[in-house]
Amino acid sequence: MPQPSPLRRMLAPALAAVAVLGALYLVTLVYAAGETLLAMTLLATTTAALWIYTSPRTYAYRYLFPGIAAALIFVVFPMVYTFTIGFTNYSSGNLLTFKRATAYLVEEVYRGAGATYDAALFADGGRVRLRLQDADSGALFSAGPVALDAGRAVAVQARPAAGDAPEAGQQLPLKALIASQAALKRLSVTMPDGSLVRLSGLHEFAPVRLRYTPNPDGSLTDQEQGGVIRPDWKTGFYLTADGRQVQPGFQVPVGWGNYKRICTDASLRQPFGRIFLWTVVFSALTVVFATSLGMVLAVLLSWDALRGRSIYRLLLFLPYAVPGFISILVFKGLFNNNTGEINLILHALFGIRPTWFSDPFLARSMLLIVNTWLGFPYMMLICMGLIKAIPADLYEAAAVAGAGPLTNFFRITVPLIRRPLTPLLISSFAFNFNNFVLISLLTGGHPDFLDTTVPAGTTDLLVSYTYRMAFQDSGQQYGLAAAISTVIFLLVAAICLVQIRTTHIAEEERR
Amino acid sequence: MAIVIDKSQRWRVLAAHLALILLCAAVLFPLLMVVSISLRPGNFATGRLIPEHISLEHWRFALGLPVRAADGRMVTPDLPVLLWLWNSVKVAALSGCTALLLSTTAAYAFARLRFTGKRVALTGLMLLQMFPSVLALVAIHAIFTRIGNAFPAFGVDSHLSLVLAYSGGIALHVWTIKGFYETIPVEIEEAAKVDGATPWQAFRMVLLPMAVPILMVVFLLAFIGAIIEYPVASVLLRHQDHLTLAVGSKMFLYEQKYLWGDFAAAAVLSGLPITVVFVLAQKWMIAGLTAGGIKG
Repeated sequence: MPQPSPLRRMLAPALAAVAVLGALYLVTLVYAAGETLLAMTLLATTTAALWIYTSPRTYAYRYLFPGIAAALIFVVFPMVYTFTIGFTNYSSGNLLTFKRATAYLVEEVYRGAGATYDAALFADGGRVRLRLQDADSGALFSAGPVALDAGRAVAVQARPAAGDAPEAGQQLPLKALIASQAALKRLSVTMPDGSLVRLSGLHEFAPVRLRYTPNPDGSLTDQEQGGVIRPDWKTGFYLTADGRQVQPGFQVPVGWGNYKRICTDASLRQPFGRIFLWTVVFSALTVVFATSLGMVLAVLLSWDALRGRSIYRLLLFLPYAVPGFISILVFKGLFNNNTGEINLILHALFGIRPTWFSDPFLARSMLLIVNTWLGFPYMMLICMGLIKAIPADLYEAAAVAGAGPLTNFFRITVPLIRRPLTPLLISSFAFNFNNFVLISLLTGGHPDFLDTTVPAGTTDLLVSYTYRMAFQDSGQQYGLAAAISTVIFLLVAAICLVQIRTTHIAEEERR
Repeated sequence: MAIVIDKSQRWRVLAAHLALILLCAAVLFPLLMVVSISLRPGNFATGRLIPEHISLEHWRFALGLPVRAADGRMVTPDLPVLLWLWNSVKVAALSGCTALLLSTTAAYAFARLRFTGKRVALTGLMLLQMFPSVLALVAIHAIFTRIGNAFPAFGVDSHLSLVLAYSGGIALHVWTIKGFYETIPVEIEEAAKVDGATPWQAFRMVLLPMAVPILMVVFLLAFIGAIIEYPVASVLLRHQDHLTLAVGSKMFLYEQKYLWGDFAAAAVLSGLPITVVFVLAQKWMIAGLTAGGIKG
């Protein structure tokens, strides 16, 4: 083999050096943006990559690294992070980190005593001029031109304006004024009398002061009302001396608080129990219905005397091939109480119009019907594969002995495919246990229980319940939702263990 | 195969046909109904399976063409179906490529190389697959909010965030490709190594070209998986113009704004290609999996 040229030999180390430098630059940027956790993750990934791609001892890991890193960062880490969030009070009331909540408070302003001014803005090239009119005396002042910048604080000096002399440039329309509010808020104007005014309304300037000044011990002094507010690490709020909470709150660890709420708070415990029960019933019944139908069809389609089996198989396979989000929404429309086709047919045939979406029992039945429709083709395919593996002479012997089709089915087919099927049934149970897409698109968990404080639906599964809690109608209770997610994780892990055991049994039987 | 043909067999065959035809009708009913509804005029129209008046207004809506409203004005549709379809395809193509990049190399290491922790890593990957990402939605949302604070291009409401979030789910792909690599005799690569190829060259120039069929299957699987994914996309995407089809389709059937006919057209428009691809891929997948590397 010819030796690679020196240029090529230098290429790889040079590229590696550039990549590492780039990554380090990114880490610094992220760290400067205040995302310490993210910066650490990036740094750890870069270090691991550097080690793996330079050390000869880690050759095999060079192939693994990208995939494993992606799985660790985007699958394992979110799980671990879910557990962690479950121990905090992260919610819409306590949304920010402590750092950001403090930064927010430190930037808060209040309106001090002194004259207020009506402002008009005039465009002057890329900059603006201001005309301020004292609201009481009517005295006019002008300031600028000044370049507005939402990214940094801008200061400008005002001077008395000469009478009614028109300001140069075009006055900004209201729309432009609204668009530049963020930049105007960073503008401070020093009036001729030495007072400092800032934007205090849509186009009003008034003496505005920073409300909180930080103290070395971590507390903030309230300049407007006096007194000191201190961070309370139990509730995640700054508290005034008399115990009042100051918005915004910040995230703090609450230990087992969320889990205690699930177990003891009656308004949470009750729906939790009922939803858990429905989740189990829903997944079990789905597996039973889909498997029964799928198995019977598999037996029928394995019957040689039947013609046109491949057409039947293709048609019956369709529900599996149509994207779930489309077929579920189609059913949502077909089941509609007033205009849905299903009710039109039922009305024409039997004169009834069931209220599929507002009656809990009917809503649950509808979910099971739709989910059986969606789920049986998979079971059918699996069972057909398993039936193919049953030796044909068993059926021949049965036929000689005079057995009918029912005897064949219950005495030969079912017992022989039961064991290899069990692990698949369990994973199907686990899948439907977390069948968020079906619930979310078909009923959204509705109709709701009437006797709960946190919205909870009669058709909600545990996952859709946590989703509603976190992202929909119950005030973004991320911490609580993460705690319930953790409980579901444990349940799924338990199902998983059972499945591994049955898989082992099935494999040993086969040997 | 049955040796003894019973007299009752003819009746049983007939009964089976009848049952199967009924079931096929139940399976096809919703699918045909949607096609029919997409051709009916108006969003609340009812009628037969074969519509008496064919109207293309819903199809115009789905394609983003102006539609004549009830009061006679021409209105531009407010739900960008084609844009959603494009978003879906974009995200799915990117995640398909990512899945390929990440899983081909990892599968090679698992199939051919010896290293410590192989068994643990393999079973670990498989176990991860058991825990659906819908359980970690809160954390995924929090993580991408934080990433967005540093890099807005990868934060909440960006398509790249979705591609990143999907990139971790490669366990099944790794197993599929690994199984295929194992059907290819090691001797072929060893012969290349005897001729002086490095392991990387043996992988890149010998094994990879033979694995093209399975790679296409995995790409398709990842592609379809990303198109139909709903939970993560519903949490990470916000702005109407950024939605994927799976998230956007829901907006047709709000109680306050019930666009049943328009939804039907959009569903046929977007569901048909995906379904066809899936049915074809299913046949092809089995062919790809059974065709080994030993030929000639």
